[in-house]
Amino acid sequence: MKKLNYPFKKEDILDLKVGDMVLISGKLFTGRDAVHKRIHDGQKPPVNLENQIIYHCGPVVIENKDGSYEVKAAGPTTSIREEPYEWQVMRDYGILGVIGKGGMGPKTLKGCQDYGCVYMHAIGGAAQVLAEKIKSVDNVYWRDLGSPEAIWELTVEDFPVVITMDAHGNSLHKEVEEHSSEALKNLL
Amino acid sequence: MAKKKAVKKKTAKKTVKKTTKKQTKKLSKTPVKASPDKELQSSIIELIRVTSTVIPDDVQKVILKALAKEEKNTTAEYAMNIIQANIKLAKMKSQPLCQDTGTIIFYVNHPVGFNQGHFTKICQKAVVAATKVGYLRQNSVDSLTGKNETMNIGPGHPSIHFHEHKKKTVEIRLMLKGGGCENVGAQYSLPNSELGAGRDLDGVRKVILDAVNKAQGKGCGPGVLGVCIGGDRGAGYINSKEQLFRKLDDTNDNKDLAKLEKDIVQTSNKLGIGPMGFGGKTTLLGCKVGVLNRLPASFYVSISYMCWAYRRQGVTLKNDNKINKWLY
Repeated sequence: MKKLNYPFKKEDILDLKVGDMVLISGKLFTGRDAVHKRIHDGQKPPVNLENQIIYHCGPVVIENKDGSYEVKAAGPTTSIREEPYEWQVMRDYGILGVIGKGGMGPKTLKGCQDYGCVYMHAIGGAAQVLAEKIKSVDNVYWRDLGSPEAIWELTVEDFPVVITMDAHGNSLHKEVEEHSSEALKNLL
Repeated sequence: MAKKKAVKKKTAKKTVKKTTKKQTKKLSKTPVKASPDKELQSSIIELIRVTSTVIPDDVQKVILKALAKEEKNTTAEYAMNIIQANIKLAKMKSQPLCQDTGTIIFYVNHPVGFNQGHFTKICQKAVVAATKVGYLRQNSVDSLTGKNETMNIGPGHPSIHFHEHKKKTVEIRLMLKGGGCENVGAQYSLPNSELGAGRDLDGVRKVILDAVNKAQGKGCGPGVLGVCIGGDRGAGYINSKEQLFRKLDDTNDNKDLAKLEKDIVQTSNKLGIGPMGFGGKTTLLGCKVGVLNRLPASFYVSISYMCWAYRRQGVTLKNDNKINKWLY
């Protein structure tokens, strides 16, 4: 089990390889469909994303009476929908990684290689295990997109992920799909 | 005139006060009797809470079996362990298994003379209340404006299917189906030349396996398939979801379909897609196939994928609308 601690550094990211199990501690910014579309349409992100990690997640967040927030559930959402946009966010805003589920395609894989990023797979549906790792909700941006689509700034501790796409052109998703498609041919 | 009116108002207020006091006295002496509507609302809220936070027993059993099959110290085993821990934690904390609390799909079996409109109103109130406390995520987006502020109420949300039955009791089933797994659902029209799938059970088998391979880990596998052979496009998809109300350990009454269901699970588990698409031994936990008649011109196979966070429950109600029995 490897550890990735904040502030995240490029050299730590380049060290990560497909198949590594990693515990992340530090800051994460949620961002999913509407955030990516808005950035793609030309709006600047409301926070500096340089050397940060984007988490594809639409959490269940309850606003307490004192104005503070409480995360009730926070697993990853399917990442492939951001496939058209993610490489641009890597290029334009200097993120170091993306957490999601289901993997991403060739554009993102090339983006990871070109800009030194990794794709980290959290366990889909494990909203409670992952919410437990969130130690605080520090801020929220673009709230007008609705709670699941807003950018939530979170501090996490030992947040578990598996590296499934690394900065060196390797993708577990590509590998598994090639194998399963080959196996399927023989089973039909 | 004005004075008289004022006097009238005063007396009216006094009478109101008196009656409230009397009522409170009465209530404090005898136990509180909630109205049937309030009971119904709280029963539905409880159904939503349990569906969202507790995995049904039949699903839990197959998940444990799948965990035992994965090789030690692999990412597949790691994923299954986290899944198992998540199931325990969600139940203990009474919080959603998955943050995507899904499309809210009710199936209500009711006796003759049941007021569907009234039920719908109370059901909507229960959904809003369950959203406020976080059993459900605010999850209903206006498809034109992109706004998500209606606490899960809107055109098509929640979805309620009513069926009249001969029994005197009301049965409510609920499925919370997440968007990730819904997105990997598929509908095929046979024949399909690309897959060499003709209009027979072998063709059906081919397209189902193709859908499993296309889904990879994107639907939060290991998952369960609900399949419908036949019907029109709409009926086919609805029937495929209804298959997911069957218990995982049941056997299809139709021998050919029972065989197909078994075969799909066994064959899918040879594809090596594994939990989350990490590679591994369990790709599917189950497959349930239903059948509808079709037109001579059409032959649809509709496939709904349910993630491992298989959220479905059901209750029968007593006469006073309290929960009588859990169905899963």
